[in-house]
Amino acid sequence: MEFTCLSKGRGSHFPPCHILNLGGIKILLDCPLDLSALTPFSPVTTAFYALPSLEEDKVDANNDVGSMAVPAKRQKIENQPENKTLIFAEPWYKTVMNLHLWNPSFIDVVLISSPMGILGLPFLTQMKGFSAKIYATEVSARLGELVMRDLVSMHKELKQFYGPTETDFPVWLRQEEVEKIPSVLREIILGKDGTELGGLRPLYSEADVNDCVLKIQKLKYAEEVCYNGILVIKAFSSGVEMGSCNWILDSPKGDVGYLSNSSFISSQVAAFDYQSLQGTDALIYSDFSTLNSTEDVEDEENESVQLADKLLMSSHGLVGLYHNAKEDSEEMEKLAFICSCAIESIKGGGSVFIPINQFGIFLQLLEEVSKAIDASAMKVPIYIISSVAEDLLAYLNIVPEWLSRQRQERLFDGEPLFDHVKLLEDKKIHVLPNIHSEKFWMHSREPCIVFCSHWSLRLGPVVHLLQRWHKDPKSLLILEGGVNPQLALLPFKPMAMKVLRCHFQPGIGLHRVRPLLETLQPKTLLFPEEFRSHISFPSEKFCSVLYYAEGETSKVSCKDGSELKIPATLASNFYWNAFKEQEINLARLNGELIIENARYHLLLDNTEKNSNGRTNSVSFRKPELEKLLATFSNFGINASVEHQKMNSESQIQCVIHTADPYKAVIEIGTSSVVITTAGENVASHLYKALDSVLKGN
Amino acid sequence: MAIETLVLGAGQEVGKSCVVVNINGKRIMFDCGMHMGVSDHRRYPNFSLISPTGDFDTALSCIIITHLYCINTLFLRFHYFLIIKISHSLILYSYIFFFGIICDSHLDHLGALVYFTEVCGFHGPIYMTYPTKALAPLMLEDYRKVLVERRGEEEQFNSDHIAECMKKVIAVDLRQTIQVDKDLQIRAYYAGHVLGAAMFHAKVGDSEMVYTGDYNMTPDRHLGAAQIDRLRLDLLITESTYGTTIRDSKYAREREFLDAVHKCVSAGGKVLIPTFGLGRAQELCILMDDYWERMNLKVPIYFSAGLTKQANVYYKMLINWTSQKIKDSYPTNNAFDFKNVCKYERSVLDTPGPCVLFASPGMISGGLSLEVFKRWAPFENTLVALPGYCLPGTVGHVLMSKPPKIELDPNTKIDVRCQVHQLAFSPHTDSKGIMDLIKFLSPKHVILVHGEKPKMVSLKEKIHSEMGIPCYHPANNETVSVPSTVYVKAQASDAFMERCLKPNFKLHKCSSQELSIKTLTDKNIVPELQVINEKAVFIVEDKSKKLKVVHNDEVLVMLGEKKTED
Repeated sequence: MEFTCLSKGRGSHFPPCHILNLGGIKILLDCPLDLSALTPFSPVTTAFYALPSLEEDKVDANNDVGSMAVPAKRQKIENQPENKTLIFAEPWYKTVMNLHLWNPSFIDVVLISSPMGILGLPFLTQMKGFSAKIYATEVSARLGELVMRDLVSMHKELKQFYGPTETDFPVWLRQEEVEKIPSVLREIILGKDGTELGGLRPLYSEADVNDCVLKIQKLKYAEEVCYNGILVIKAFSSGVEMGSCNWILDSPKGDVGYLSNSSFISSQVAAFDYQSLQGTDALIYSDFSTLNSTEDVEDEENESVQLADKLLMSSHGLVGLYHNAKEDSEEMEKLAFICSCAIESIKGGGSVFIPINQFGIFLQLLEEVSKAIDASAMKVPIYIISSVAEDLLAYLNIVPEWLSRQRQERLFDGEPLFDHVKLLEDKKIHVLPNIHSEKFWMHSREPCIVFCSHWSLRLGPVVHLLQRWHKDPKSLLILEGGVNPQLALLPFKPMAMKVLRCHFQPGIGLHRVRPLLETLQPKTLLFPEEFRSHISFPSEKFCSVLYYAEGETSKVSCKDGSELKIPATLASNFYWNAFKEQEINLARLNGELIIENARYHLLLDNTEKNSNGRTNSVSFRKPELEKLLATFSNFGINASVEHQKMNSESQIQCVIHTADPYKAVIEIGTSSVVITTAGENVASHLYKALDSVLKGN
Repeated sequence: MAIETLVLGAGQEVGKSCVVVNINGKRIMFDCGMHMGVSDHRRYPNFSLISPTGDFDTALSCIIITHLYCINTLFLRFHYFLIIKISHSLILYSYIFFFGIICDSHLDHLGALVYFTEVCGFHGPIYMTYPTKALAPLMLEDYRKVLVERRGEEEQFNSDHIAECMKKVIAVDLRQTIQVDKDLQIRAYYAGHVLGAAMFHAKVGDSEMVYTGDYNMTPDRHLGAAQIDRLRLDLLITESTYGTTIRDSKYAREREFLDAVHKCVSAGGKVLIPTFGLGRAQELCILMDDYWERMNLKVPIYFSAGLTKQANVYYKMLINWTSQKIKDSYPTNNAFDFKNVCKYERSVLDTPGPCVLFASPGMISGGLSLEVFKRWAPFENTLVALPGYCLPGTVGHVLMSKPPKIELDPNTKIDVRCQVHQLAFSPHTDSKGIMDLIKFLSPKHVILVHGEKPKMVSLKEKIHSEMGIPCYHPANNETVSVPSTVYVKAQASDAFMERCLKPNFKLHKCSSQELSIKTLTDKNIVPELQVINEKAVFIVEDKSKKLKVVHNDEVLVMLGEKKTED
């Protein structure tokens, strides 16, 4: 087994990506996109004001507003990033760089662990020679599809704005242009040493998404699927997002567990099924969330973010191995805090903007906010603006099987799974496909609450809303982790509106990693190098631990041999040849080897060939010619040695012919004796004679 | 090693199914039914055979409910269980029986599940699919009310019992592999028939079996066809209700039904469809809603039963359990958001003009449907459409013979001038469906339950002659024993595996003598020179009785090495 970490990812929107070679089958674990790398690109609104100087012909159309925002000529080298240093071009999307080092046609299986792990998949499926089987849970596939469709539709706006490009290679990617980008932004998009350039791709089309989705085989939790007979694949709930999962891969050479981002707190989605990951031969630990959140906090402490009014609330979900009410309430407290901030700003006459990030959190916020509004006896409209919002909300109400027990209780009580169904009926929530709806702008003068995409603040309705409201000190933007707030808000500076940063980083939690792994008891553990300093294992009692790092391949030795199943009816009929000296018994079988559900089966070959095929056995002795002839005559067989010579090539030492009572040829070689006769009965008769000689009787 | 099947009910009969199976020395029970026609203790299967002491917790490891059974189908299936024992564990497969409000003499066949868990005292887990779990309490509660309120019978269980019982239920999704305990593993497969119906696969060690419950191999208007994986089964226990029938297309009958309804409403008449809350009501409603849309009809459709309305709420959330067509049209068009269905109010009964009313219960056995029937039956332009079978003793049953008068009781007589249309589509599989399923699964043995004896016999003959699979149709209290698969585990060497994966072709010449024998049978098939893929292996048993599978060359090395050691 070989394991290569292609990317350790960043946060829940950009899960890790690995390649696993399991007995010759190459398995790609997730295929994400790093959407935080959109930060260096300008949103369409900023470009709208900034570009007229570059494209004169557009000024006419926007004369009334264009005059105010003619930017100064761009300086060659700028150290400080500001909104004019953003890239004014159709953005390219950052895939996992290391993945491009692999030939896509050599990948056999792709496993998608979360809705976010699917975003880079259309890049892969449209590649020539790609023929891997893709597995994802039903919900991951559907939610992933919706996110991709939303992405494509949001990107369309930018595409229309910049118009068609003349060349395949954009101007901004030229060396001299790239150097103009401030280093902070350049690092985001090209990596520390600029090597990640190769991972950039222009976005796929809607057709690519459709094509990709069709290729996915959809699974339920704990459903067993078999790839080529040799690999049994099972997904188990990871408790992070609807449909997110961990994997168990069972092959004849042993089973491998893949532990992706998981959480013990799951008030919305099905609970983390860690029991099913117990006792594997190898376990790949790939929950980097804990590390990410600690890093993030450190980053923030070092940063001096000068935002008008910044309420920083960061917490790294400290979770227990077993469900804990206290920790549940911690999440609820966070939500309650956000709600109270939202209500406050509504009371102050401002609006609240919430970019949608994680679905579970989004739904919870939606419920909590609407409850808080009801409690405060205000009439505040709630808008959900996204091209896929309608589909998303409808879909989330028909997946009871994937939700937490509390949510399932609602099904059994005959209530809709989420409050939004009722809120929509009561017209408290308005779902709009885009920002250009009259309904929205008519009422938007009054305070309102808007949920919209995209959290990177570079795409979708949110950019228009921020453009319109960023100078309003009464309004509030709720940023949910993941992005660097200073850079994300760059295009909207100067910011007068309040920004609340919250952090929902579901994960196992650093202090729970060791107890969890001790419970799971894998034989071999593949553990991220980054965690080595944080978590130590008692080496002697615990399993063998292999540390892996990004871009490196670790080899895990498999056990020798494979298990094979023989039907008991067949096994009981073996004709054993005892070898007393070696203390073993030997049997020979003309059989058929089949593989099914990752297990080898040995069955009796029932084909006709068997009857006329040669049956043979193994003996350690060489028959002594005289003794053999004597025995033959005892058996009433008339035999004659016709030909006797040493022939090293054919290894035949002598040939015995029998004529009476049956015709047969017996060739005696250095290591074998071959009896050729017309019928099986004759052969077995001769064989018995030979056998008795060989056994030394 | 054998699987022993003891049939306690539904053997060569329809109703009271109960089969106890013993696999590799362990017992499971599938289904546990009550017989409707008997009112004494014989209506229950002999539970004492599962555990004479009544200690069901140790005797059974779990109960599996295959589906929520809805009575308005052609055959009355009574709540029945079947117990199979696989390696120390008993599984109880069971139907929840919902009769709604049926004729009085048959009211005491309800909620055997609640009875078994709460009254008999079974504390183990109960497995059912999500829709079944969601809908079961609804039906059980309704049932209980009927019992107590209408019949004045002593309560066998109360609402708390139902709630308690439902707490023990673990909901399962399709295809999910559930590890009941260390040895026992179960998995549900889609069975069509009614929302949430499932076939259950149980596996203990190397022995595998499937219990189908009721299934439907042809998709229906709102449910898909049964689906199952190809499995290596030792035993398949299948229903055989329609063991000898091959049904024609449903569409002709649907057409007929719609035409009759259309004719009636266009003549200004009222249509009464007495139906139970689940299954058929939804199917007919989808059918009619669709037709209304196409024909641009404005005649109101009413849904009377509170139960049905509530059931629709569940249907909307459980879209994933319906047919592919309905799933695909979601979310733009939720098939259970009936556009032409209006809210029912009592006043509509006397409102002049045409309308269509779905009223519960089916079979016109009481409640609203009887009340409406009394009012509407004397009018010639009324149509009463009876979907499905009506039990003897119900007004529906009498109505089928189209009498001029129906006598409800000595004081009440109804003049019947209305038209009657009987619809007969049942969500059971037919003979072809049963044969297809058996062919697909090709199990080593088949046991038929739940069917009439003559039908079972002819189906059994057919299975035996066409597929060569041994088939049994045990009567009640009979035992059938079939062998089960056991595998011996062996360690295969890497070299052996490598050699096996590469083909090892050898030329083989058939002797003329052999050929002459063969040519008699298959002249053209056997050439004189054959290419044979040599597949011989060696199996080595060492001192500790461990088996090893090795390749030819390795044997010699093994023996040679050992010799030098000596």
